[in-house]
Amino acid sequence: MSTIATLRIGEVGYVSEESLDAIPLKLLEMGCLPGAEVQLIQVAPLKDPLYICVNGSHLAIRKETAAKIIILKSEY
Amino acid sequence: MSKNDIKVALIGNPNTGKTSLFNQLTGLNQKVGNYPGITVDKKEGISKLSSTRNAVITDLPGTYSINPTSLDESIVLKTLFTKNTKESPDVILVVADVENLKRNLLLFSQIKDLEIPTVLAINMVDQMEKKGITIDLSLLKRELNTEVILISARKNAGIDDVKSAIIRCHVAAKASPLCGIDHKIDPDYFTRLKEISPNYSLYQLWLMLTQNNYPEQLTKEEKEKLLAYRNNISKINKYQHKETIYRYQQINKILKNTYSLDKSKATDLRSKLDSIFTHKVFGYLFFFFLLLVIFQSIFDWATLPMDLIDGTFAEITDFAKSNLPKGVLTDLLADGIIPGIGGVLIFIPQIAILFLFIAILEETGYMSRVVFLMDKIMRRFGMNGKGVIPLISGTACAIPAIMATRTISSWKERLITILVVPFTTCSARLPVYAILISLIIPDEKIFGFLNLQGLVLLLLYALGFITAIVAAYVLNKTLKIKSKSFFVIEMPNYKLPSVKNVFFEVVEKTKSFVLGAGKIILALSVVLWFLASNGPSSFNDVEKNTIDNFVNQNLSSEELQQKIASVKLENSYIGILGKTIEPVIRPLGYDWKIGIALITSLAAREVFVGTLATIYSVGSDDENTSTIKEKMRSEVNQDTGRKRFNFPVGMSLMVFYAFAMQCLATLAIVKRETKTWKWPLIQLFGMGLLAYFSSFLTYQILS
Repeated sequence: MSTIATLRIGEVGYVSEESLDAIPLKLLEMGCLPGAEVQLIQVAPLKDPLYICVNGSHLAIRKETAAKIIILKSEY
Repeated sequence: MSKNDIKVALIGNPNTGKTSLFNQLTGLNQKVGNYPGITVDKKEGISKLSSTRNAVITDLPGTYSINPTSLDESIVLKTLFTKNTKESPDVILVVADVENLKRNLLLFSQIKDLEIPTVLAINMVDQMEKKGITIDLSLLKRELNTEVILISARKNAGIDDVKSAIIRCHVAAKASPLCGIDHKIDPDYFTRLKEISPNYSLYQLWLMLTQNNYPEQLTKEEKEKLLAYRNNISKINKYQHKETIYRYQQINKILKNTYSLDKSKATDLRSKLDSIFTHKVFGYLFFFFLLLVIFQSIFDWATLPMDLIDGTFAEITDFAKSNLPKGVLTDLLADGIIPGIGGVLIFIPQIAILFLFIAILEETGYMSRVVFLMDKIMRRFGMNGKGVIPLISGTACAIPAIMATRTISSWKERLITILVVPFTTCSARLPVYAILISLIIPDEKIFGFLNLQGLVLLLLYALGFITAIVAAYVLNKTLKIKSKSFFVIEMPNYKLPSVKNVFFEVVEKTKSFVLGAGKIILALSVVLWFLASNGPSSFNDVEKNTIDNFVNQNLSSEELQQKIASVKLENSYIGILGKTIEPVIRPLGYDWKIGIALITSLAAREVFVGTLATIYSVGSDDENTSTIKEKMRSEVNQDTGRKRFNFPVGMSLMVFYAFAMQCLATLAIVKRETKTWKWPLIQLFGMGLLAYFSSFLTYQILS
């Protein structure tokens, strides 16, 4: 199963519908919605946090949050 | 403020140029006040909308949504919640970044649903062409059913349009919801919710429910009905998620026809800079290099103005003493109030320089990268990446540092940061270290280039940081506070800092330090002056007795005055206090004179030097450091017959000042921020005990 935490740098995925409840409200409000395109831009030196671009927003989130958000490799 | 003024609340996501717009609208007509009941700074400014109309503009903290996750953000909700009070805004001005319009409109849609007249200002439109963005403005206005203005706050374009839109919007005073959540999620649920109170819009009731926050005007019955809904929290959470998705669907629908972005125009300056600033080697190297530059500047640039302030106040004191009639009031002025004000103003240069750097780092967008780099490391010690900023600020003064913790959303992480910040070496410790180092550390070079005295100072700074981090680790393991640690931070685009914004930020922060901490330091200086210049009933005979005792010694009148001052201090309340605590501090290598200095240092640490200067009867009209130093050097320990300030005593004192919580101003701020005396007391006693035992060990091992 792929999550945001398993993406490689530069790789793109799409937030799956099933992880809706796992996405914290704040992250949802910042644009991390089911169906949104998410790209892993950079990983911090100690492998955490992750720097992502989702729905046009550039955000840094912790790995534990990223690991809960399931992604699909192709648009749906 | 006149009745005719329009109250405008300025609101927007962070990094949208909200501050730039606020500065353009209000210029220098700004002031910082407090929100009633809560002690968060409230930034207000007056803007001349037309020849007859003014607006009072409140700059609310940047937020991504009305649903707050930190103290800063909760202010926004509080302000928007109130209806028909002095605080409630007439018009809301929402600022949005043209590049992130979709996300910015989420906040706008929430505000619009509150049914308050709203103006939308889309900022940074000068970037549109470069970024390949086009907007159908008239269609967007119609779709959003609101005034929409394109502006470029930094270039001062569109500001007049914003002003006239505020007036139009205020006159029209009609507002309708944008999304209308009632029929889309669970019609039944929301229809019943709406029926609870006719005085509030559905969205307001829904917010009361989700935020568990009820205005006072709500009747008891209405509140109970709302509280009943909270029995099913999971349903509320689920509906909040659904609400957000629904809002984005609506926004997407609107933007589809009105907004287009040509992705091929995207530049990759951001990714190039990011690859340096967040690099696993260069990222840290650059950060530590930057810290070095900041510290160097704080000390190099500040020396001259600090000396100037110091000298000026010494002259004012002299002037007051020699020109005002002798008496208690003159003494109070010359020995209490004037040095007290000087003691506050002396910190301004360092604090202003520090804020200058922090403002620049935040304006450019670099600060988010630091937070990103440091989060994992900080988390191991129970803090989070955002705690880096308070720890850096702490090197100037703990007070602004503690206020900078407000952006940390987890209460436990914020509390730990507040508790450990006073360990960082603030500028008040510097004069103490400086004089002690010059007394006990030889002015020599090791390895031919490293100045030994400088090295010791550096080690003391390192000691402060390391203790802060170790203390955080211990607190993290011992504090049993359940607090969700959730972390998300936006990585904004890199920008050149705006001179105007940086200038205003530095002025505002410095002002709030002077007015906040300054009051406390000044008041304490006066209290200490009183305790040092008054004593029990026999105190008044001291002067006469001293003159009698020394009458045969052919002292010059100046020397005699110094002797009197010294004997007076010994017999004052504070002298008695010093003698009382002598048995306790003797194992640390201190006598009652140092004891007095320890007590007076409670107001502010740097008072140590001045107090010793008085005790060792250096006339206060000669504030020459070398003289104080010489006096301290020649002071003899009565028990051993050797120098009082020898190596063990000096080290023991420095360790004491590194750890002890000798700053009542900081304690007062911690009380204010944590809303209880529990934490400042824990700080006072915890740090005090640590200081006592560390100094004890230092002295006993070294001597």
